[in-house]
Amino acid sequence: MTRAFTKSIWIQAFSRMAKSKLTITALVVVIGYSLIALLAHWGILANDWQLEIGNSYEAPNIHHWFGTDIFGRSVFAKIVKSTEVAMNVGFVVSIIAITIGVVLGAIGGYFGGVVDELIVWIYSTLAAIPNIMLLISLTFILGKGILAIYIALGMTNWVEICRLIRGEVIRQKDREYVQAATAIGASSFSKLALHILPNVMHIVIIQFSAIFQSAIKSEVILSYLGLGIQNGPSWGVMINDAKVELMQGAWWQLIFSTMAMFLIVLAFNILSDALRDALDPKLRGK
Amino acid sequence: MNLYNYIFRRLLYVIPIVMGVSLLIFVIFNVVAGDPTAILLGKHASLKQMAELRHELGLDRSWLMQYLDILKSAFTFNFGRSWSTKQLIAPMIGTAAGVSFTLVIPAFIVTSILSISIALIAAFYRGRLVDRSLVVVSVIMMSISGLTYILLGQWLFAYKLGWFEIAGYEYGFPHFIPYIVLPGIILVILSIGYEVRFYRTVILDEMYQDYVRTARAKGLPEWMVLFKHILKNAMVSIITNLIIQLPALLLGTLLVESFFGIPGLGGITMHAINNSDFPIIKAMTIISTVFYIIFNLITDVLYTLVDPRIRLS
Repeated sequence: MTRAFTKSIWIQAFSRMAKSKLTITALVVVIGYSLIALLAHWGILANDWQLEIGNSYEAPNIHHWFGTDIFGRSVFAKIVKSTEVAMNVGFVVSIIAITIGVVLGAIGGYFGGVVDELIVWIYSTLAAIPNIMLLISLTFILGKGILAIYIALGMTNWVEICRLIRGEVIRQKDREYVQAATAIGASSFSKLALHILPNVMHIVIIQFSAIFQSAIKSEVILSYLGLGIQNGPSWGVMINDAKVELMQGAWWQLIFSTMAMFLIVLAFNILSDALRDALDPKLRGK
Repeated sequence: MNLYNYIFRRLLYVIPIVMGVSLLIFVIFNVVAGDPTAILLGKHASLKQMAELRHELGLDRSWLMQYLDILKSAFTFNFGRSWSTKQLIAPMIGTAAGVSFTLVIPAFIVTSILSISIALIAAFYRGRLVDRSLVVVSVIMMSISGLTYILLGQWLFAYKLGWFEIAGYEYGFPHFIPYIVLPGIILVILSIGYEVRFYRTVILDEMYQDYVRTARAKGLPEWMVLFKHILKNAMVSIITNLIIQLPALLLGTLLVESFFGIPGLGGITMHAINNSDFPIIKAMTIISTVFYIIFNLITDVLYTLVDPRIRLS
């Protein structure tokens, strides 16, 4: 009975979302980017992005749709390879941040007491340092590169979801269904994992979408600053190259990397809004 | 609970946060970052030189003393000297802050007035074409990389059209004005999408309250409901949002300032990043955190002054 009921709520939510063509388009864009990223990862797409395929700074033409860069490399291949980097960062960072946030938020909210105070202290401390300074400091000491990006962005992005999960777990833990679980002798772990967590899942889904796009944007800025991706393709590195190129009239690296990033960030923004509307009970009916 | 009691308790709450932040900064810069003497002196430094430099930088002292130094610097703003320019950091930051304010404060005021006005228009026409178009434009503006606005803005308006200075800065009023117009406009564009959406949500949240229905029921015209009742109540969230943004203004200009060669806080931070100038990055982290904590405190206290319900919990 409970299970059927839970399911129908999710189905209701997603059928509400599916009614909007815009949401479906956004979802298709996200899936498309993920596919491109996977194909690039497996070496099927843009594996030879470092190859010199034309002259330096060829404007977009029939052979090179997105033009070439200073070394005569295909801008299209670089965009594809950067997509892999961006999606990779978005995914890994979301997973890290959500894992930390959900685990700590659930433990703090459920058990309360000293543990909770410690967790609140940790995230309040992190939240008190402006994100950009924390990111810069962390990437600085961790050395530059993809691993530093994962850790720095993972560390700065879990606070919000932890706060939300903690608050929701506090609200949920005294509800009847949890009391019922206690009555039949469920352990704390099974109450948290089996009973409460499914009821706070909507926060995780909404946050996943939000963290994903924020991580993509941060990666671009860090790479632009020279603190992120080294010697590899990244939209941020391409935009940094474009700084000089623009004055020489070579606009294509800037425009195409901007477009590539714009599309995925826009899709995630639309998706986040749709998820919030569909899943957040407070907004239902507005 | 009375108000002074609340403020006192709120002040006490700052202590563990200050401890936590200083500890984190200590771990990042003094423990993990390791020995900077090799970077500073280059490969061919003798051990004696390195030891001397370590002593000069205070790195030969115990970790406890180094930690206390960080804690102390949060209050005295004594951060030592820059590695790259050898200048004292505190006056450097002071001058830079002055420069930043000439750019950031006008941009902040314009952004706030514009975004609140647009949000009111959107709320007034909620659900209709005007509202939906405004939301769409906001989301699109939010989705474009900030870097692109800066690059294209500078290229088009300063380089191609020559309407503004491409880069640079002159100290003193009114000499700086030509240099801050374009960066200022770009700052407004960078944040207006977020702000409009935020204020629109705040205003719409109020719109479904009972008192609004009462106001409409007694026959007040919609614009009067919006300005007299809704805006007044939404003011709490609006003002909170305005104050909470102030410390972020210190750093919000990081990229804009470096692009336009403006020697403000963002500019010197970028310079420090490019030159591995740890003390400046550390000082900027500490200062921005101090401001963040102070403004958070002010917001919380103001909030309770305006909304007595909060004091009860």
